[in-house]
Amino acid sequence: MGNLFKIAIRNLLRYKRRTLLTASLITVGVVFVLVFISVSGSFKNMMIGQITDSMMGHLQVHRKGYVASIENLPLNLNLKSSAVTRLENILNKQQEITAYSPRIKFGGMFSNFVETTNIRLNGIYPDKELKTVPLLASRIIEGKKNLEKGGIWIPELLAKGMKVKVGDTIVVVATNKDGSVNGKQFIVAGVLESATGPGGRDGYVHIDDAIEVLRMEDIEISEVAIRLRDFGKLNAFSKKMDSLLSEELNQQDKPVFELHTWEKLSPFYNIARMIDVMTFFIKLMLIAIVLISIMNVMVMAVYERIREIGTIAAIGTLPGKILNMFVIEGFCLGIAGAVIGNIVGIALILILNASKITFNFGQQQGLILQANVTPANIAAISITVIIVSIIASLQPALKASRMEPIKALRHV
Amino acid sequence: MSLIAAENIHKDYKTGEVTVKALKGLNFAIAPASFVSFVGPSGSGKTTLLNLIGCLDKPTEGKLTVADTDVLHLSRKQSASFRGNNIGFIFQDFNLIPVLTVYENIEYPLLMVQSAPAAERKKRVTALLDAVGMIAQKDKYPDQISGGQKQRVAVARALVTNPKLVLADEPTANLDHKTAYMVIELMKKMRDEFGTTFIFSTHDQKIVGEAEIIYVLEDGELKGKEVKGGKNNG
Repeated sequence: MGNLFKIAIRNLLRYKRRTLLTASLITVGVVFVLVFISVSGSFKNMMIGQITDSMMGHLQVHRKGYVASIENLPLNLNLKSSAVTRLENILNKQQEITAYSPRIKFGGMFSNFVETTNIRLNGIYPDKELKTVPLLASRIIEGKKNLEKGGIWIPELLAKGMKVKVGDTIVVVATNKDGSVNGKQFIVAGVLESATGPGGRDGYVHIDDAIEVLRMEDIEISEVAIRLRDFGKLNAFSKKMDSLLSEELNQQDKPVFELHTWEKLSPFYNIARMIDVMTFFIKLMLIAIVLISIMNVMVMAVYERIREIGTIAAIGTLPGKILNMFVIEGFCLGIAGAVIGNIVGIALILILNASKITFNFGQQQGLILQANVTPANIAAISITVIIVSIIASLQPALKASRMEPIKALRHV
Repeated sequence: MSLIAAENIHKDYKTGEVTVKALKGLNFAIAPASFVSFVGPSGSGKTTLLNLIGCLDKPTEGKLTVADTDVLHLSRKQSASFRGNNIGFIFQDFNLIPVLTVYENIEYPLLMVQSAPAAERKKRVTALLDAVGMIAQKDKYPDQISGGQKQRVAVARALVTNPKLVLADEPTANLDHKTAYMVIELMKKMRDEFGTTFIFSTHDQKIVGEAEIIYVLEDGELKGKEVKGGKNNG
């Protein structure tokens, strides 16, 4: 086998310029795919991280039917305290969960005593919320990172629009599920950086204040956000929880809960899917580049060496060995392209990261691009290139191995 | 006992509607360690006959036995294997592999056809390099040596597997007369040294004279046989 490689490499070096051009084409393809995957993948992961870790959590549990009306924040579809207890009993037993946070979501009027506007609010247990969405704290651009009773975190745009700052007193007026209106004064405890996605422009109050404003006699929860230890196990855990929650029935024997992953609740999921589709097509382009360039060079190689093939066949080289000779040539070209492409691609990614390129996503400005590529990505690209190289060489190699020596020897 | 026995060999080629009869009922037998030449003008069937003996092609009709094997019924793979173990080839254009050195060209059949062990390969290649006088050029590539030297390498390559038979189709056609004569002398020397049967085709009358048995071919038929000597040719 070593001798077949030696002959293949020498044959490739026989036409240095052609080999260099083909290897360069594969290299460019590999570099392009590697950089695209690393940049788009990093962008996607960063956005998913922002959405799940600063607002949504990885999964959310609601009362059945709540999500269909989620834009209205329906208080009559909140989970009753008994249902919350049942849910917490289930959640507490799941090893995969690192934290969960019950929320009361409601809409209200926000007044600075001069002007009034509307606001969407989350009543939270601050400690549980910060464990479930740890990046929320980093969105607080002014004020305290600890929310106490009587305090409110308001979104940046609202603070600017209503000309309120940390320490100011404001009033929140809300209508409860019975239709009665109640108001409560809050001190602005923090200003939140706006974020793209559902909940990105919500305010936060302590859950006890939410109960007070909404005049709840017993706690009622709109949603429970869940954070997993391993985000990679999201789908498996979602299936498991779906099965567990489907066993929880109300008096009409209907399911009490509904579970949604962030993907089903955030429109960004569609962008993430588009990035995946684009990545798929970029990979297809790489396959086409490798396939066409290697097939082209191997067809040329076979055509130019017909008499040589006739000679080695005449002196007794078995067809299988002739096939191997040409397949190995394509394989070596693929290896060279993959190795050089990976080296250049990784170098480019390092340069990109060192350049600290920034980009904006919705309201989030100056996000630093952190392109990274995993060993699995490198392995997948390399294996694809090598397999496609072998496939591309097969047709010319088969042609060479099936040549009649007598005809090949006569070839001029 | 014959190394090659041909009985009523016919070979037809079809070119569109036209059938060309390249060989018409040849009968002959060649003993081991012979030094044989087929002579005749262009188109007389010399190359066709060598191709049949070399298992590169099959007769349309007749029986052809080479080294006790009926070559008519060999599959493509069996033919390749049979050639690799029993027959050496010398070509008019030398047909050395350009990416291999002189040493590697000679070693090629042992390595790629017979898969001989390294020590055995080294011993046999070195012996043949010495025998054909190419030891000093062993690391050169074919484009760095002369035509005569290339044909010497081709002779060594043909002999390296210890074949029973070496076929040479116009081995001297691309060489000047002096070099051509030297190559034929080398082939004869190799026959004497290794006991290999050499069959070559030529239309060079001066070279023909070096053969011990001369078959004359004309229009696909054997028109004559001249025996000039040799141990097994009585």
